[in-house]
Amino acid sequence: MDGLILQILNGLDKGSAYALIALGLTLIFGTLGVVNFAHGALFMIGAFCAVTISKILNISYEVVDPNQTDFLGNPLKVKTPYVESWFGPEMGTSIIDWSVPLAILLTIPVMMLIGLIMERGLIKHFYSREHADQILVTFGLAIVLQEIIKYYFGANPIQTPPPEALQGVANVGAAFGMDLPYPIWRIVYFCFSLGIIGAVFAFLQFTTFGMVVRAGMADRETVGLLGINIDRRFTIMFAIAAAVAGLAGVMYAPINPPNYHMGMDFLVLSFVVVVVGGMGSLPGAVLAGFMLGILESFASTTWATTTLPGINQIIIYLVAIIVLLTRPRGLMGRKGVMEE
Amino acid sequence: MSKSNFTRRGVLKTGAVAGAGLALPTIFTAQSGHAFTNDPTGGSVTLGFNVPQTGPYADEGADELRAYQLAVEHLNGEGDSGMLNTFTSKELQGNGILGKKVEYVTGDTQTKSDAARASAKSMIEKDGAIMITGGSSSGVAIAVQGLCQEAGVIFMAGLTHSNDTTGKDRKANGFRHFFNGYMSGAALAPVLKNIYGDDRKAYHLTADYTWGWTQQESIAAATEALGWETVNNVLTPLASTDFSSYIAPVLNSGADVLVLNHYGGNMVNSLTNAVQFGLREKVVNGKDFEIVVPLYSRLMAKGAGANVKGIHGSTNWHWSLQDEGSKAFVKSFGTKYGFPPSQAAHTCYVQTLLYADAVTRAGSFAPCAVAEALEGFEFDGLGNGKTLYRAEDHQCFKDVLVVRGKENPTSEFDLLEVVEVTPAAQVTYAPDHAMFGGADASLGECNNGA
Repeated sequence: MDGLILQILNGLDKGSAYALIALGLTLIFGTLGVVNFAHGALFMIGAFCAVTISKILNISYEVVDPNQTDFLGNPLKVKTPYVESWFGPEMGTSIIDWSVPLAILLTIPVMMLIGLIMERGLIKHFYSREHADQILVTFGLAIVLQEIIKYYFGANPIQTPPPEALQGVANVGAAFGMDLPYPIWRIVYFCFSLGIIGAVFAFLQFTTFGMVVRAGMADRETVGLLGINIDRRFTIMFAIAAAVAGLAGVMYAPINPPNYHMGMDFLVLSFVVVVVGGMGSLPGAVLAGFMLGILESFASTTWATTTLPGINQIIIYLVAIIVLLTRPRGLMGRKGVMEE
Repeated sequence: MSKSNFTRRGVLKTGAVAGAGLALPTIFTAQSGHAFTNDPTGGSVTLGFNVPQTGPYADEGADELRAYQLAVEHLNGEGDSGMLNTFTSKELQGNGILGKKVEYVTGDTQTKSDAARASAKSMIEKDGAIMITGGSSSGVAIAVQGLCQEAGVIFMAGLTHSNDTTGKDRKANGFRHFFNGYMSGAALAPVLKNIYGDDRKAYHLTADYTWGWTQQESIAAATEALGWETVNNVLTPLASTDFSSYIAPVLNSGADVLVLNHYGGNMVNSLTNAVQFGLREKVVNGKDFEIVVPLYSRLMAKGAGANVKGIHGSTNWHWSLQDEGSKAFVKSFGTKYGFPPSQAAHTCYVQTLLYADAVTRAGSFAPCAVAEALEGFEFDGLGNGKTLYRAEDHQCFKDVLVVRGKENPTSEFDLLEVVEVTPAAQVTYAPDHAMFGGADASLGECNNGA
């Protein structure tokens, strides 16, 4: 039983990342009609925002310590971060320790800016083109972005730990008399994801801007005829979708150390999530994200891999096939989306 | 009627002299007697460095390439000569190989077998590479070794740790300096027993490919022989990025040790996840829960950060070794590049020197002559103590290092500390050992190629 609950928690955690990426993908597809294969790269750039902030906060000055030697036998240059020098060792260490949450402040404007540049500079030129062209150009862009990151940060994963106060495990089953140790940061990530998903839905549901965007998603032409500049709003939605992917990435950095390829690892799965959820359906993307996360988690258990070897590698695609055979528009897909 | 001056004796004498004259070049020069692939006829010889320049092991590949460039410099008499000064064989004089200047071409394995074979093939066929070396994966090493065997060039493996490379997939044209899974188990198990006791229950997570399988088999056999029980072995897909669903079952498995048969990004992520789940704070069966990473690399340890502290594993070589060879190499590499070399860099540098030395001792670039010179060759001064290139399987036998993640590192490079130098005798096994293909395993025939 304990193991079962732990796998559900793991699934929800993985599903959080899938849901956030799929949410952004669906927003872009629903508003601009573009299949954005660079969305995984945006998730990766978000994670590297955390790495960048950590590196900036760790910029150090060197003091030669004659009592220690380096690997060549020369006097060791001991590095001390400037923040420790400016704010004192205790405060400075705390600032560095909280680099990942601090990175959120950087991630939102950076990702929105990247989103705007991407949309205005490249993707808008492909609105009237075939989906195949859009996929090719955005996939190419994803490769360019990941190579840029590899050039500056290397190919190795970079450890980006959470604040010390949020490391370790919490017993999530204590209230029920169960022993269910679960990493605190993963709980934070899940709650954070729910918060972001809730905020996006609230934004679309309860603001005038969101109402116009939803109207535009349903009937772009009519909204345009009413004199509303829907293109500008859709561009802003692209920036918001980029920020959502970036936030998913920055908070994911402490879960698994970021590397330049992590976007690609999530991209394909996230597209499956979008298709299973139903093209253009925001609740469908979220529902499918969590559902496939949980299924993937269960498929990785010893029982599952012993009973059906290899099931952990195909479960998501297997479910996608079943869903598409039984519900061709996905779980919550709307009629008319991606249909002639 | 004319009279002939030919006599039977005269014809025999003339024939013998002519025959000896014709045979002379082949008696004294093996090269011209038997043609071989990419016989270097000019003033230079080309080596092919096939390393991952893109993909997940690109950083390790970059370090291998640095080491190769350093080796080429030293072979050509540039720089401080590095390990040429400490190598017990004194054949290399810094004047290239057999007087020919060493040049090189590079290929990108991408850590994909097909891409690695394609780049090796291109270097052999288009660039005239006489020897191929490098790589950071056993799957790639085995694939490229097979290609070199067919093409008739020598393959000096880079970082490859699967038993199969010099086990069931051994080849007459292939040579491995790096240690293997069996050696890791033989070195690590006694140390683990001394530290953690002989009553332990181990849970293995294993990367699902040749290296993972052979390492798991080796570690399980070595630890079981000392009293440990293997409670489970779960194969994880190589493409896995999040290991939480594999770690969670460990919590209730009754195991008190987790063995991570992972390398590279897999190792970094699985170790990070295991630490996140609080395994290191757990007490199971009345004992502290422990994690073991059988194959360590400094570059991977850097990726795993503070999570490696106190965790044991094994390694082929470490820059902190204080023998003359290691010190010379670290000095050369560190002075040129500003940081210490990785174990991948070390094995690649050494392989290049060993190849050059074998060519010099053989007096020929012919692959079979070089192979013969390497077979059974004993040497020292290259960083691992006395070493034997065993003739039967082309595997180097030398000391193996058991290391532990350092608790208080003084720099970003100071991540591992050597716990024990396991003598070569303790990690030596029979050439027909069951884990290495048994009696059926064979090098096959050496191939000189065209």
